[in-house]
Amino acid sequence: MAGKILLLGLVAAIALWGAFPLIAARAWPGLAVLAAATASIYYVYLSPRHVPAKYLLPGTLFLIAFQILPVLLTVATAVTNFGDGHRGSKQDAIVAIQTTSIVEVAGGTEYGLTVATKGEPASGPLVFLLVDPAGNAFVGDADGLTRLPADQVTISGGRVTRAAGYTILNLAQAGARSQEITEFAVPTAAGAIRSTGVSRASERQATRRYDASCDCIVDTTTGRRWVADEASGSFVDPATGERLAQGWRVTVGLANFARVVTDPSITGPFFRTLLWNFGFAIGSVLLTFALGLLCALALHSTRVRARNLYRVLIVLPYAMPSFAMLLVWRDMFNTDFGLINRLFSLHVDWFGDPWGARAAVLLAQLWLGYPYMFLVSTGALQAIPAELSEAAEVDGASAWQRFRAVTLPLLLVALSPLLIASFAFNFNNFNAIYLTTGGGPFPPGRSVAGATDLLITYTYRLAFGGSGAEFGFAAAVSVYIFLIVAVVSAISFRRTRAFEEVYS
Amino acid sequence: MKRWITQVGWRHGVGLAAVAFSLFPIVFVLSAALNPLGTLNSTHAVPTDVSAENFVKLLRTQPFESWYANSILIAGLTSFAAVSLSMLAAYVFSRMRFHGRRVGLLSLLLIQMFPQFLAVVAIFLIFTTIGEYWPAIGFNTPWGLILLYLGGALGVNTWLMKGFLDTVPKELDESATMDGATHAQVFIRIIVPLVSPILAVVGLLVFISTINEFLMANVFLTDLDSKTLSVGLYGLIYGERNNNFGIFCAGSLLTAIPTVVVFQFVQRYIVSGLTLGAVKG
Repeated sequence: MAGKILLLGLVAAIALWGAFPLIAARAWPGLAVLAAATASIYYVYLSPRHVPAKYLLPGTLFLIAFQILPVLLTVATAVTNFGDGHRGSKQDAIVAIQTTSIVEVAGGTEYGLTVATKGEPASGPLVFLLVDPAGNAFVGDADGLTRLPADQVTISGGRVTRAAGYTILNLAQAGARSQEITEFAVPTAAGAIRSTGVSRASERQATRRYDASCDCIVDTTTGRRWVADEASGSFVDPATGERLAQGWRVTVGLANFARVVTDPSITGPFFRTLLWNFGFAIGSVLLTFALGLLCALALHSTRVRARNLYRVLIVLPYAMPSFAMLLVWRDMFNTDFGLINRLFSLHVDWFGDPWGARAAVLLAQLWLGYPYMFLVSTGALQAIPAELSEAAEVDGASAWQRFRAVTLPLLLVALSPLLIASFAFNFNNFNAIYLTTGGGPFPPGRSVAGATDLLITYTYRLAFGGSGAEFGFAAAVSVYIFLIVAVVSAISFRRTRAFEEVYS
Repeated sequence: MKRWITQVGWRHGVGLAAVAFSLFPIVFVLSAALNPLGTLNSTHAVPTDVSAENFVKLLRTQPFESWYANSILIAGLTSFAAVSLSMLAAYVFSRMRFHGRRVGLLSLLLIQMFPQFLAVVAIFLIFTTIGEYWPAIGFNTPWGLILLYLGGALGVNTWLMKGFLDTVPKELDESATMDGATHAQVFIRIIVPLVSPILAVVGLLVFISTINEFLMANVFLTDLDSKTLSVGLYGLIYGERNNNFGIFCAGSLLTAIPTVVVFQFVQRYIVSGLTLGAVKG
């Protein structure tokens, strides 16, 4: 009881700690979520009912926040064109297009620049105090240029050194706000005045500007226009169909999903890759489980001396950092100075041959994965009461019969969810391929999918390689991959006894 | 003698073969770590020259100690918290019958089948927001990364524990309930001590997967001093593969030490068959 009060008090303290920044930022939706989460915790633990919820709630809260929410966000991304060039809003895109097209106006005015403020040097709104070549002083702010009367300023060396009502930033203060100063622009009729250094500013002009009347971007030098296309989130030239690289984020509906099935560069090698993907995932699970179980069975006897030493040594691969060992395995299969070729006096280009590469990848996977299977099999074997096997022995069953009819079925009840999870993990085992073969060897000519490519490495290259990140498209593919894995797992669940366990 | 071979000898045969298979790449890594030249193409299968040069270089040129401390902190706390959360859930899934139990169990497996690395973009956006409000659990902090890892606490591990718990006779906790114990007392006094072997195994599994986790940590920890071992080591060979190979292997070997130590520590729990004792006694 005291423990319960203490824990609920801790929850209240954490909720309060979390609430203050939200209140300060006036993030009311966030505060509502926090309040709802806290209230549900209090409800579950203070009510005498809902006993299962008392045990499930802590893990479930983490699950929702850091697993389900990211997955939902990813799925939501799949119906947008989110990616390089389509990250922000339309307004962001217009600003970006105009800023990148800024050039110095030919014959534009050069000013002597002094950065000042009307408020505190560290935080007050910036103004530019400018002196033109004729010696006239101006003050420039976000609204434009205003002439300063000559009696209110002191000009020295072509720059303002004192101005009534303004505090001039010294070098250190200006340095601290250099980012702001670089971005600061004083709008003029032709463009904007921006700083070109600590003491110079010049008038510059955007060659491309947004025209609200035609909802388009106009190039002021050539007269070309790109009209906003809300469906694709880009500015398109109606004459040529050419798009500006900078666009904005829009909902594209099921276009990404349709592209996976209709784009020939994606559907072409899809089925061959899918087949090998299954081969790799099933092969990895079966090989690692077979070897892991064999070792667990062999050491599951008190008559084996030094079996703890065996266990520690067998499990060692699992203790090594797996991504590092994948890179080491790649080097061991190296044709010229790889360990495998040197040990067996071979000169085989393992990663150059499709089946050699596949065998090599599976061998590395076996080495990395079988200690895990060894561990879980050992754990599960110890949970099986020895009476069952002993009873079968009394009834005259051979060792193989005892294993086949008693031990293995019981093991599979406990382990089949793990085997299915291992299948799902290996189906998307990005590192195992990416860090070793990189998907290769690639067939000559069109090199979109290699012999060892999994769907996920193949997708990765399509979505993130080449022409830039396409998160929306990648998310759509990951939804497909998820569906495939989920369906296969559901079928294998039905075929194993795991379901009976769940129903019972 | 024949009897010894069929009953015990083959076990040693399998054990020795497995040990040889397990060890040979590790010996190669050891050989590279001890190789004074420290390059990939000068490394032999077994150590020929022995020098600590790579280790010294690693400690001198990289903030290896802070990587190490970060990794131990993150992996230790994550595995403790994940085992606790998972055990709570496994207890109700194994012992109680309630609405949504089946759906709950199956969705735990299903959620983990989503290709996580594609959710990295979403996770990045989530933690950018979190970091704005609560910098203490934002990017480059171990706490935020631990919270992220705990999102995966329920899942395969819960299944593993539930499977183990299903084999513990229900009579044990039922008799305690008859004697007037509450569900919380049954859980703490009876269930947890009985399943300590599986707690140890799952704790070890989580510890290992956390200390080796690379994808999320690489996005999360960008400050040189806040990195974990896997992120730091990857940075070593990212550009300079051949030349830093020795240092990289030295680091990999040192990375394995905590795991081996933890394994030693929980070994007796894994081996002791507590359930058997409970049923027999």
